[in-house]
Amino acid sequence: MAILVIAEHDHASLKAATRNTLAAAAKLGGEAHLLVAGGNAAGAAAQGAAAGGVAKVLLADAPQYAEQSAENLAALVVSLAGGYSHILAPASSFGKNFLPRVAALLDVAQISDIVGVLSADTFVRPIYAGNALATVQSADAVKVISVRATAFDALPEGGSAPIENVAAAADLGFSKRLGQELTKSERPELGAAKIIVSGGRGLGSGENYKKVLEPLADKLGAALGASRAAVDAGFVPNDFQVGQTGKIVAPQLYIAVGISGAIQHLAGMKDSKVIVAINKNPDEPIFQIADYGLVADLNEAVPELVAAL
Amino acid sequence: MKVLVPVKRVVDSNVKVRAKADETGVDLANVKMAMNPFDEIAVEEAVRLKEKGVATEVVVVSCGPAICQETLRKALEVGADRAILVDVGDIEVQPLAVAKLLKALVAKEAPQLVIAGKQAIDDDANQVGQMLAALQGWPQAAFASKVEVSDGKARVTREVDGGLETLEVPLPAVITADLRLNEPRYAKLPDVMKAKKKPLDATTPAELGVDVAPRLKTLKVSDPPKRQGGGKVADVADLVNKLKNEAKVI
Repeated sequence: MAILVIAEHDHASLKAATRNTLAAAAKLGGEAHLLVAGGNAAGAAAQGAAAGGVAKVLLADAPQYAEQSAENLAALVVSLAGGYSHILAPASSFGKNFLPRVAALLDVAQISDIVGVLSADTFVRPIYAGNALATVQSADAVKVISVRATAFDALPEGGSAPIENVAAAADLGFSKRLGQELTKSERPELGAAKIIVSGGRGLGSGENYKKVLEPLADKLGAALGASRAAVDAGFVPNDFQVGQTGKIVAPQLYIAVGISGAIQHLAGMKDSKVIVAINKNPDEPIFQIADYGLVADLNEAVPELVAAL
Repeated sequence: MKVLVPVKRVVDSNVKVRAKADETGVDLANVKMAMNPFDEIAVEEAVRLKEKGVATEVVVVSCGPAICQETLRKALEVGADRAILVDVGDIEVQPLAVAKLLKALVAKEAPQLVIAGKQAIDDDANQVGQMLAALQGWPQAAFASKVEVSDGKARVTREVDGGLETLEVPLPAVITADLRLNEPRYAKLPDVMKAKKKPLDATTPAELGVDVAPRLKTLKVSDPPKRQGGGKVADVADLVNKLKNEAKVI
């Protein structure tokens, strides 16, 4: 049976996590259909057609999908669910929002945040902030699954799948979006960046966060991240947060500056290929998982690092 | 307006759990337990709505073994009015089953608002609030960092991957609490004493007519791959050299 993958996109283009979710679908066997539900989402659908591992794009283009509300999206997915063995979405704030509604309406369990596919019904997922891995088996007729993007490498691009228009479901008209404050940045998307420079409470202030970390991120072409402590203290907006309940990242290089390394933060970045920690306190737990720990005052070490690169 | 808040008893957030040697689960023997941190935030928000005169009663619910009464008492100590234990015995209740139990209680209690924690820090599922909203046919506002309720509507600021989004949803609705919604208070001693007299009722899945049989079978729980860390560099020059020539990542 076929697999339905729900695309995360901004109408004009696909978000990177969609490609990782398609890679997870490929491990299940069976052809994958990519649902692009949006308002004027032809751009995203075209990218979906070219993405690796897509047999067919289903485009539901209607005004009620412009805001991607959980209620409307879930109703649409349920209306299309017949005939699919698996329904997958990225375990991002987008997928986490609507996918449990789909599972509940289909009266099946959801398997959250998988990091491994062992067979068509058996999956590996982290629990307890990634301190344990559970292998779970689903007996449900349809498997509803959210996928941890960092655990699956995107397939090569270059497909040319057909795009089929599908009917929109009725507009439930539940929620109204009053506003959005999206962080605008020229830097790479945090979830897909190859290098991340991340700051914690040790930076002291939002001003110092910018002053110290931005030149380093600029030099490396890196995304900027933060610990919960730095976000709670108001140094940076919420979407910078890396951790158990923030973004899960696994870049080639993660540079943790002034971050102590709470369990919840480690849960979001410990699968990074190389971890650098810069902190003046040698006893911080971040050093236990860092490949390269530098015990130093970050206000001196980071500018020195920028100059040396 | 009545507000219903589900709370879960979980391992304390400061405990680093490990898989048992026989890989049948995690080792919770003699481990400190606490209310799920996101549920504490949900309780606090409901209590604040009551203090503002928006809510009239805050009812807390826990679905789990009898010992979850302790967790419910904690919620009563910080201002919830009444508690309901759904005693499931020793079986593991999975998110879909919890959502169904809550649906049965919503039918009895008729709250206008359910505020749930966005995620429990044990199974990290992040499902119950959204599932309950779907089963009720209600709107939802998940991952809330700000909530205002008036005129039968909730205006909720949500933390999303790109930043913040503000939604308006008509009540009844489900809101799930994110970290920055509020800072939960500590209970004062007189409130602890008062809480002992607040009503705590018990029911069971059978009485509520809900099948809570698990849908997912856990075959194994294991430790994640160990990371070889702990390496140190002498100075910035050494770091740059190692990143370029050893790790080859820059």
